[in-house]
Amino acid sequence: MSQDNSPIDGAASVDPNQPPDPSRRTWVATACALGGVAGVATAVPFVGSFAPSEKARAAGAPVEVDISSIPPGQMITVEWRGKPVWIVHRTKAQLEGIKHDDALVADPNSDRPGFTPSFAKNEYRSRKPEYLVVVGICTHLGCSPTPHLAAVDGPGLPSPWEGGFLCPCHGSIFDLAGRVYKNKPAPDNLEVPPYAFSSDGTRITIGVDEVNKA
Amino acid sequence: MAGEKTVETTGLLGWIDKRFPLTTLFKEHMSEYYAPKNFNFWYFFGSLALLVLVIQIVTGIFLVMNYKPDGNLAFGSVEFIMREVPWGWLIRYMHSTGASMFFVVVYLHMLRGLFYGSYRKPRELVWIFGMAIFLCLMGEAFMGYLLPWGQMSYWGAQVIVNLFSAIPFIGPELSLWIRGDYVVSDATLNRFFAFHVIAIPLILIGLVVAHIIALHEVGSNNPDGVEIKAGPKDANGHPVDGIPFHPYYSVHDIMGVAGFLIVFAAIVFFGPEMGGYFLEYNNFIPADSLKTPPHIAPVWYFTPFYSMLRAITADFTWVLAACSILGAIALFIKGNLKGAWRIIVPVILILVAIFMRTLDAKFWGVVAMGGSVVILFFLPWLDHSPVRSIRYRPTWHKFLYAIFIVVFLILGFLGTQPPNPTFNLMSQIGTLIYFGFFLLMPVWSRLGTFKPVPDRITFHAH
Repeated sequence: MSQDNSPIDGAASVDPNQPPDPSRRTWVATACALGGVAGVATAVPFVGSFAPSEKARAAGAPVEVDISSIPPGQMITVEWRGKPVWIVHRTKAQLEGIKHDDALVADPNSDRPGFTPSFAKNEYRSRKPEYLVVVGICTHLGCSPTPHLAAVDGPGLPSPWEGGFLCPCHGSIFDLAGRVYKNKPAPDNLEVPPYAFSSDGTRITIGVDEVNKA
Repeated sequence: MAGEKTVETTGLLGWIDKRFPLTTLFKEHMSEYYAPKNFNFWYFFGSLALLVLVIQIVTGIFLVMNYKPDGNLAFGSVEFIMREVPWGWLIRYMHSTGASMFFVVVYLHMLRGLFYGSYRKPRELVWIFGMAIFLCLMGEAFMGYLLPWGQMSYWGAQVIVNLFSAIPFIGPELSLWIRGDYVVSDATLNRFFAFHVIAIPLILIGLVVAHIIALHEVGSNNPDGVEIKAGPKDANGHPVDGIPFHPYYSVHDIMGVAGFLIVFAAIVFFGPEMGGYFLEYNNFIPADSLKTPPHIAPVWYFTPFYSMLRAITADFTWVLAACSILGAIALFIKGNLKGAWRIIVPVILILVAIFMRTLDAKFWGVVAMGGSVVILFFLPWLDHSPVRSIRYRPTWHKFLYAIFIVVFLILGFLGTQPPNPTFNLMSQIGTLIYFGFFLLMPVWSRLGTFKPVPDRITFHAH
């Protein structure tokens, strides 16, 4: 083969008595650096492919719900962006109970940022006191807490407890305004999604408010 | 042909040996790999882990032939495997039982290393490769558990992916990136499928090879923790206290395999769900993104670490911060850190104590859970005992090991239970003992009266 008869013999081509050629070092370093840049650049599309697709991003359309049929003291669950959203019709007694929780909850005035839009920064964390609208996902690690709308007794529950939401995963407890009790794993109150009432007050559109337009 | 290798073998084997070092490899790793002759029961679990890996790969390949990684089809396709595919139930139960038995075998294998100091110099890399295998195994098990797309699959994945969201600043974006959607969804299922069936198994096999190569480079430890290479040698230069792995241990391990397969088959045929521990009852309900089951817990092999995650509450960070400050004072006064480290390490510990109270307890729960696994990597440098094996340690060391094992099991039990105040207090105490065992090891492992270590291994023929 022609390679076997190459005029340059690999072993003899470098004279061991010659001083090292510094330009070789430069070229090796340059080649490694450029190769490294190319390698990192190649990783970009692969890392990027993990981000939510356009389809997943577009799936966040607002949801309209009829709330006139929810009796007082009951709730419904609707799906918005793949998450459960609870709409609770609170009774007068339950609203009274919320006032008594202020000393027991970690963030009574919902001062921590990110979970309570400005329209819900009030005693009941809602637009209308009787309707609570929250995302039913625990702010700890994303389980969906179990609603207990009537007063219950049980191990690990505050006593007396006027009812609220108990996360089965790690035991976080929320009151009927979605506020987390002190010294529980969840750091934040339940998220209040953007929502708006229809003009006659019988329907709610989740995903739309003063800031987020449909 | 010029440059042809001279080999001792003839015929087909000779033809191969001239082109591939088959006989050399066999000798190096089997027939002329000299292992200490005093291996006991605990030494079955390495080869058993390899056996379970093979079972998982083979059954996994056959499961993939009928499984559909699709949010709408996955649950149904698993039921299809169980009811319609001939022998599908057996293949799936072998795979699900294999997953749990993998952890049984690996935990016992690691405990063996802990007992006999098998991670000590020069076997640090054997241990580190092994720990990397353990991490891969946890990832493999977690992602595989999502695939049946039942309620436990779904909410388990939801919780674990959300662990990453506790990391300050980048957390929420990171967990979104991992899921590929705002909730666990079809996109998540598909990527976990890709990791479970190809990416992690490839890494796992590479690590297993590295684990064995590293082991055969330094030689196996043994229940006495005495180096056989330092002992007398025979005419061929082989240690007289060593015996060739093949045939002595290859045959010995076949007995271990037989015993293991009896247990394995008994579970597969008579109790594949193991009372809800191997296959959780709620996972027979299809995934519902709107409703978390009333009680969710990870599969048993994750529960000790899961307990530590749950143990960290806002009040408990006071205790942890206090421990951190005590550690800083102790290291500053009594520690033998050199130069600037004597200042830097205590300062870091005091900063940790401050962050304990300023960052969310949720973040520290995740740190505790991750740290409980990561700390094992450092075992070779935490253990300062003058002897390797538990046999020659002070008797009270054995009690410490016993406490550690009991605490680990209790944490495991607590992780399967619904949260309540008593259990939470128990898991907080357990978390302190778990971390204390390792973090104080540099201190306690040198204390006490050690028993004289024999020059050669002790061995009594049956």
